[in-house]
Parts: sequence; structure tokens; C-alpha cells
Amino acid sequence: MNTQRILRSSAVTSTALIVPVILLLVAPWWVLVAAAAAFAVWLALTRAGRQSLSIARVGIATLGQRLGSSSVVVIGIAGVVGVLVALLAMAAGFEATLAQTGTDDTAIVLRAGAQAETNSIVDHASAQIIAQAPQVLQSEHGHPIASPELVVIATLPKRTTGLDANVELRGVGEGAWDLHRNIKLIEGRQFSPGLRELMAGKNAHEQFKGLDVGSTLKLNGQLWTIVGLFDSSDSHNSELWGDSPVVGATYRRGSNTNSVVVRLTDAAAFDAFKAGLASDPRLKVDVLTTRDYYNRQSETMGRLIRIVGTTIAVIMAIGAVFGALNTMYAAVSARAREIATLRAIGFRGGAVIVSVLLETMLLALLGGALGAMLTWAVFDNYSASTLGMNFSQVVFSFRVSPSLLWSGLKWALAIGFVGGVFPAMRAARMSVTAGLREM
Amino acid sequence: MKYFQLVWAALFRRKTRTTFTLLSVLAAFLLFGLLNSVRSAFTGASNSVAGASRLITVSKISMTMSLPKSLLERIEAQPGIAEVTYANWFGGIYQDPKNFFPSQAVADNFLDLYPEWELPTDQRKAFHDIRTGAIVGASLAEKYHWKIGDKVPLQAALVPQKDGSTTWTFDLVGIYHVADPNLRGQENNFYFNWNYLDEARQIDKGTVGWYVIKLADRNVADQVAGAVDALSFDSDHETKTESEQAFTAAFAGQFGDIGLIVGAIIGAVFFTLVLLTGNTMAQAVRERVPELAILKTLGFTNRGVLALVLAESVLLLVLGGVVGLALAGVVVNALRTSLPAMGPTSPMVPVGAASWVQGLCLMVVVGLIVGALPAVRGMRLKIVDALSGR
Repeated sequence: MNTQRILRSSAVTSTALIVPVILLLVAPWWVLVAAAAAFAVWLALTRAGRQSLSIARVGIATLGQRLGSSSVVVIGIAGVVGVLVALLAMAAGFEATLAQTGTDDTAIVLRAGAQAETNSIVDHASAQIIAQAPQVLQSEHGHPIASPELVVIATLPKRTTGLDANVELRGVGEGAWDLHRNIKLIEGRQFSPGLRELMAGKNAHEQFKGLDVGSTLKLNGQLWTIVGLFDSSDSHNSELWGDSPVVGATYRRGSNTNSVVVRLTDAAAFDAFKAGLASDPRLKVDVLTTRDYYNRQSETMGRLIRIVGTTIAVIMAIGAVFGALNTMYAAVSARAREIATLRAIGFRGGAVIVSVLLETMLLALLGGALGAMLTWAVFDNYSASTLGMNFSQVVFSFRVSPSLLWSGLKWALAIGFVGGVFPAMRAARMSVTAGLREM
Repeated sequence: MKYFQLVWAALFRRKTRTTFTLLSVLAAFLLFGLLNSVRSAFTGASNSVAGASRLITVSKISMTMSLPKSLLERIEAQPGIAEVTYANWFGGIYQDPKNFFPSQAVADNFLDLYPEWELPTDQRKAFHDIRTGAIVGASLAEKYHWKIGDKVPLQAALVPQKDGSTTWTFDLVGIYHVADPNLRGQENNFYFNWNYLDEARQIDKGTVGWYVIKLADRNVADQVAGAVDALSFDSDHETKTESEQAFTAAFAGQFGDIGLIVGAIIGAVFFTLVLLTGNTMAQAVRERVPELAILKTLGFTNRGVLALVLAESVLLLVLGGVVGLALAGVVVNALRTSLPAMGPTSPMVPVGAASWVQGLCLMVVVGLIVGALPAVRGMRLKIVDALSGR
């Protein structure tokens, strides 16, 4: 009988706990805003609501006396939210950089089965056939806009550490400037076809030594001159660009390239383009829109960072919940006499619960906002680099978006809720007579 | 030690509060253990004793470029070198692109330079005798349920055979173990005979990916590296030779500054932890002022009270911390085999002795920090004031 009651009550408690937390974490913003509005109306208009509000007001007014222990809640939650938002911003930034690289109206052709450019080989004859497909847009001069691209890896010292790291050297064809329309020249000029000249992306220039315009560097035994810097505001910014045939000759690749990138007449032409190449018996290739291709490249890394970030945040959140529990239990027992007095003069138990919850969630919100703002101030646009898809450095910026800040606040509220609900219930269940006797 | 019971009783005076604090400490040290495991996977792999006497020679252009095998004899002729071996990156995929693990074609004497890889003698002989033989680490074998005698097909898109096929079939002849827990990530590797690769492949014949040099004397590393690089100076295959440690560190560094990220997170965690347990200890001492006064009345010295409070806070940290770290060990072992390998290592190594030493030091230090203020307060109590509740 007794065990049954305990079981039932613990089942009730855990449902009461889990359902709001899940709702809080997954519900869209308008549901939460509506809930908050309804709650505010309840506070303002009903008798129980007004009771809660007046108890909460006393609690909040006396927060100053419990400054040390209240700051445990605020700072603990700020830490969780800060770490969570920072790591998610890292994943978002990495994915955004790669996602921007691709578009729906350009397509990349790789050898069948190759997952990435470095694993793919497309020979010269196939490249010609691909460029002649009817869905490929023609330039003003009547040439198809296609770029056979070759990716090799060079090793250069990093500016920050002086340690060698991999940089991607991309050989591009004539069509490249029409393909990548977002590329802006920020210094110098374009490389001339047929010469050992290179252009450096903005991020590559910032990251590696010796990439200033006019400087020369030795790659595979040959001297190359840097003639220009470009800004594409996507992952090409981490690359060096040169003329595809010259890169191929220097690295003894013959006339083979890794991929062919083409501009389609429009995004809708992709299916026909893909079907056309698939039915050509001379070709054995995979065709993807570049958006698809680059999204796929960022998937693994993005997911890894997200899983790691959420795991760390969950563990930290557990720690913070216990901190909040301690603080609020102490707060409730310090106010035991006051609460018992209120109960004695007719305040309801429900109002006590709501007021304690309100106080905790307010502290949590404060912590969440503090953590989110700190992360935003420190990490928004913070630049970092990692080893990307082609075994070379990809530079990306952390992206602290409003939606990340919002999810940080939701985490804060969830932690505050869990940390407040048990002390609130104890406060409501305390026996009035015992409470009044408390010193 | 005779006061242990007193400290213990004081700690559990308020069971709920102490339990909650312990759980917070546990969470902090669980995180510490996990993150430290990731960090040592990226930095610790090369710190082995055997690794200190090995140099790696790769192409100066990029470590993905191959080197001529003809370099072998010229390197071997250099003074100060005990033995040289070589290997090729293979990049094989087992059935599905998701099943990716490091696979390498290695020279016959490769295992001589890597004594950390423990392989039974008969399996070693089989690997030597069977052209299509392959050996794998125990973790990898366990993951794909491979046993000795299995035929394992790998897809290597970049390495076509003479007939154009990109499927290579190997006979699994051995399973090696690695005893050092910090190197356990290396049990995810797949090795096969370089001769088989070179005979059967269509392109790049007679080239190797990198050389591994075993030094006769660890102190001449710089001279040997310089001499080896001078061999190919100004040729079309210039080399770069560095210690295995420097090589792995540079490689791991390319993923990003893992040490910095981990350090920042651990810093945030412990800042919060100090605040949280500090608050608990302050509350605990505040509540017990009259009790401490009684202890002093009974003849405990000021220092004795100081020590009691400090012992209590250190005990609190150690209790939670030890459980947290032990839990981290369990979690790491469960995760390690299921996570994909990143570069040369698996992204986690088991929580080893070094982590425990660091962790225990942290527990004591944090315990002393959070106990300091309340302990001093306890020490300075005046018996009369405390007893009268002033």
C-alpha cells in the first residue's frame, strides 16, 4: 500500500517535471510566448496569481541578503548556457561557411563512388563531354561555363604557430569566374592562364605566412608568384587558386582533374543534366548540386561538434541543477517562518509554489542571459580553422545567431524549473505550526 | 585519522545538501575526465618511450605526396640510424563509406619499429609469408566481428588494381594488441603488405607514403633529420623529417586547438564548481558556529578547527571527484569503440594514471580553496561570542 503510494507519487512528480521541461525545450517560440502571456494574465487577474506575485516580490526583494547563494544559480547557469551556445555556434559557423559555398544552379561532377574531390578523377575527354551537356549555361563568348578543377594539398607554415599545416591549392578552369560570381578581387589581379601564378583567398592569406601579393613560394619544386587576393566569403576563401593545366603539370597529374563544376541554365535543369550524364555510356560519374555537395561535406563535422557540445552542456546542466536545488532549499528554509505566517493568514500552497518557482526561474533567466550575452560578445564572428573535407584547413567564423541565444535561454529556464520545483513543493508542504516555531 | 569520523559526521550533517553538492562535484569531474581523455588522444599519442626514438620523413610539399622508394637505401646509409621502414596510406573503406578506419600498406620490418604493437610470433610469421595477409588491431576486429582466417574486402577509390578494379581482398592473419592505454586508439588500424600493394596497383608504382626512421641514439635526432632531408634537397621530391612527436602534434593541431577549447571549458566548469561548493561550505560553517565553539571549549586549538573544516571540504571534493572520474572511465570505455577515428588516433583514450593524478590534485586544490574562507572564519571564532549567538 505504502510502496504503491510512493511509486504513484514519484510517477506523478516525474511527469510533472519531465513534461514541462520537454515542452520548454522543443516548443516553438510562439507557444512559449503565449504560455508566458497566459501566465502573466493569471498572475495579474486571479486571486491565487496575485498572492503568488506578492510572495515572489518579497522573495525577490530579499535576494540581496542571499547574494552569495543566489549568484551560484546565476553563474552556474551562465556557465552552462555559455558553453552550450559557444559550441553550437561553432557547428553553425562551420556548416554555414560550407553551405554558402554551394548553390542550386551550379553542379559538381565526380567519378562514381567518390565521396570527395580528392577521391575523384575525371579525365580530359570526360570533362569535355560534361561541358557540352545542353543544360550547361553558355557564356557571352559562346563557351560553356564549366571549370575542370584540380585539388592538391600544399604545406605552408601558419602565421600563429609557425607550424606547418595543409592548404588547399585549387586549379580552376576558365569558367571559374563565371561560376563563382560572388568572388571579389581585393588586391592585385587575376592569375594569367598558362603561368605559374596564384591567387590567395582572404582567409588563407590571413592564416598562412608568405601569401602577400608579389611574394613567391616554392611548390613541388617550382616557383609560383602570388598575384592577387580574393574574397569569396565562403570556404574557397581558405584556398589558393591557380590555372588548372599549370597545377596539373606541376603536380604531374597529366590532363586529369578531380572534378568538373558547371553552371546550369537554371536550378530546374539539374535533374535533366544529371539524367543526361547518367545515360551517357562513356561516363561513370556522380552528379550533385554544389549546395548538396558542400552540405554533405560539413555534415559529419557539424554533427560531431553538436553531439559533443550537447553532451557537455547536459553534464554541466546536471551540476547546475544540483547547485540551484541547494540554493533554493536554503532560501526556502531561511524564509520558513515567513512562509508559514503567510499560510496561516490564508495564502494558498499553490501560490507559494508558484512564487518560489518564479524566483528561481528569474535567477535562471538572468544567468542564461548573462551566459548568452558573454558568448555573443566573445565568440560572435570568432575565427577558427579545422581540417576540412579535402584534408586541408578550412577557416570559419563562429556564428552566434538569435536562435542559438534563444535556445540557450530555454535551457536556462529548464534548469531553473527543475532546480526550483522541489524546493517550491517543500515550501508548500511545510507544516504551518512547525514553520512558525522555526527560529 | 582519528578525527575521520568527526569530519564525516560533520559532512553528512545535512544529508540533502551534501548529496546535491557531491552530485555537482561528480558532474564536474565526469566532464574533466571525458575532456581530458579527448585532449590526451590528440596530444598524448606520441609521448610513448618508443615514439621518442622514431623520426618520420614525409614529402615536404605535403604529407599526401608520395616519395620514391629508391630513397630507402640512401637513408639507411646515413649514420646514426638503426633501422628504416616505410608505409603507404591506403584509405580503404569496408562495405560502406561510414566504415572508415586508417589502413596502411607497410614494409616487412614495420613491426620491428613499432614494438608497442603486440602480435604473437606465429601470426607475425603468417603476415610475413602470406602476400595478401593483413593484421588489424583488437578494437577494430571487435567492431566488425573479424576473426583470423576471414577474407576482408576493402574499397579504395584512389588505388585501382591493374585490371581497374578498386576492390582489394585481404586474408586476415593476425590481430595485434596495444598495452599502453594512451595508445589504445592505434588498435583501430589495418595493416597489410606493401609488396602486395605495389605489385597489384596500377599507378604510383615504386613510391611510398612516408619513411619511419629508428634512431640508434635519441640525442642525434636533429643531425639525422638534417642529413636525411639533405639527400633530396633541390630534387623534385624534397623531404621533411621530424620526430614522431612533432609530426603527430602538427597533425592533431590541424583539427584546431583542442587543448585551448578543452582548457576553456574545464576552466568554466571549475569556476562554477568553486563558487558552488564554496557556498555549501560557507553555509555549513555558518550553521555550525555554536558546535565549533563547543569543540574549542573542549580543547580543540584554533588550528585544529581550521584543519577540521579544511579536511571536510577536501573530503567533499575527493568523494565526488573520485566517483566522477571513475564514471568518466566507464563512459570513455563505452564510447571509445563506437566513435569514428579522427586521423591517427581515436578521439578518446581511456582515463589513465595521468588523468587520475591531475584529477586528484585538482580535488585537493579546489577543496582547499573552497574551504579556506569558512575555515579561517571557524578558526577566528571567539568562544564566548559564538556560544551566545552573537
